[in-house]
Amino acid sequence: MPLPYYVSPEQMMKDKAEYARKGIARGRSIVTLEYGEGILLVAENPSTLLHKISEIYDRIAFAGVGKYNEFENLRIAGIRHADVKGYSYSRGDVTAKALANAYSQALGNIFTQDIKPFEVEVLVAEVGDANGLKSEIYHILYDGTIEDERNYAAMGGQADEIRRFLKDHYRENMTLNDAVQLGVRALTVTQNKTLTERDLEVAVLDRTKARRKFRRIPLEALSQLLGTAR
Amino acid sequence: MNDERWRSLFSDYSNSSFVDLLRRESPHLVPGVTPAPTPNVVEPVHGTTVLSVRYRDGVIMAGDRQATAGYQVASRRIEKIFKSDELSGVGIAGAAGPAMEMAKLFQTELEHYEKVEGENLSLDGKANRLSQMIRMNLPAAMQGLVVVPIFAGFDEKAGAGRLFKYDITGGRYEETNFDAQGSGSKDARDSLKKLWKRDMGRDEALRVALEALIDAADEDVGTGGPDLVRGIFPSVKTITRSGFGDVPEEEVRRVCEEILSERTRTGNGA
Repeated sequence: MPLPYYVSPEQMMKDKAEYARKGIARGRSIVTLEYGEGILLVAENPSTLLHKISEIYDRIAFAGVGKYNEFENLRIAGIRHADVKGYSYSRGDVTAKALANAYSQALGNIFTQDIKPFEVEVLVAEVGDANGLKSEIYHILYDGTIEDERNYAAMGGQADEIRRFLKDHYRENMTLNDAVQLGVRALTVTQNKTLTERDLEVAVLDRTKARRKFRRIPLEALSQLLGTAR
Repeated sequence: MNDERWRSLFSDYSNSSFVDLLRRESPHLVPGVTPAPTPNVVEPVHGTTVLSVRYRDGVIMAGDRQATAGYQVASRRIEKIFKSDELSGVGIAGAAGPAMEMAKLFQTELEHYEKVEGENLSLDGKANRLSQMIRMNLPAAMQGLVVVPIFAGFDEKAGAGRLFKYDITGGRYEETNFDAQGSGSKDARDSLKKLWKRDMGRDEALRVALEALIDAADEDVGTGGPDLVRGIFPSVKTITRSGFGDVPEEEVRRVCEEILSERTRTGNGA
C-alpha cells in the first residue's frame, strides 16, 4: 500500500494562498471611496447583468472580486444574515461589523479546511449617518484576514498600485462627480486604455436617501458624471 | 463539512424567498404557527377600516387611525397602511398584532427577493405571495385572530394601478376599481360605489377616499373619524409610476374639513 504524501502544514498554506492570490490577480479591480455624501463603489465590469457590487441592507453594500460563483454565494449568504437579523431585532441592529466578521469566519474556515480555497476578496461598506456616525469599510481576504479601511479601499488584481495612487490623490469630502472621476482614474492607473461608462459598474451608499441608501448609477447618469456625455 | 454547507446553500434555499429562509432558520419567528389563545379570554386589538381606490395615475390607499379592543379604543394613532416596496402597499384590517407582523414579514419578503434576484417581483407575484402568508395564518384566524389585508400597487407592465382583496383562507380576488376591508368596510364600499368615477384625478380620488372613510366612521363604532380635537386624520398614500408617497397630513386635514363643513351646510350625509 502506498504511503500518503506528507506535506508540511506550512507548505500547504503557502500553496493555497498562492493559488488564491493567482485567481484573484486575474480578475479586474474594484475601488471604494468615501465622498461628501456617502460611499462610492466603482468596479470595472463590462457586464450589466452579473453584478460585482450589490445591496445587502439599508446602509450596507457588498463588493466582490475573483471567482463570480464564489462571491455570489457569499453575497446571498450576507443578504440572508442581514434580513433574518433585521427581522428578528430591528433594522438598526444590522451592522457591517457583524457581517464582516461572519464573512471572515466563513472564508477562514474554508481556507483551512477545504482543499480548494475561495479565490475571492470581498468588501463590506456601511455608510454613517448625518449625525456624525462614521462610515465603515471592511476588506476580507481569501484566508479570512479582515482589515478595516479608512476613506478608501481597493481590491483585485492591481490593488496595490491603485491603493498607492489613491493615497496620493484622495481628498476628504469630495463631490460625487470628483469621486467618480478619481475612482475611474484609479482603476486605469495600471492600464493604458481608458474606461468608458460601458466598462464600469458604479453604485453609491447615499446618506441623503431615505431608509435604503444603496443606489446604482445608471449608464446615462454615469456618462454625465464622467463628462463623456455626447 | 464546509463543502456540504456551501452546497446546502443551494439545495436548501433553492429560491429567493425570505419566508422559506425564516421558516428554516428561525421557525419561532414565522407568524401563525404558534397556537392562538382561546377566543373570548383575551380581546385582541383590532384595526378597523382600510380602503383602496384606483384612479388615473395609480391607486390611493387610505385607513382610519383607530384600533379597538372590544368596546374600548386601544389606540387613536395606529398606522394601517404600510409600504411594502417602491410600487406597492398593504393596508391591514383585523387583529392588529398579527396583521402588523404580517405586513413587516411581507415587506422583508419583497426586499429579500429584490436583493437576491436583482429585480422586482411582478405585481401578481407579490399579490400571490401575500395570499400564501394569509393562508399560513389560517389556524390562528379560525380562533379569532383574523387578518385580511388589502394589497394595491402600480403594475409596471400594465401601466396602471391594481388592487386585490383577500379572505381568511388566502383567497385572492382582484377588484377593478375600489375596495374596502375591516369593520367599517361595508359602509365605505357603499360610499365608494356611489362616488367612484372612471379616470379620476388625484385630488378627486383623495376626496372620494376620505368621503368613504368619514361615512365608515359615521356608521361603524369601531372606525375613527377625523379627530379635530386631537388633530388626528386618516393616513393616505398614493402609489403611482413614480413610487409610493404620503399625502401630506395638512392636505388630508384640509379635505376632511371641507367635507365636514359641506355636510354641515347641506345636511348631506347627516
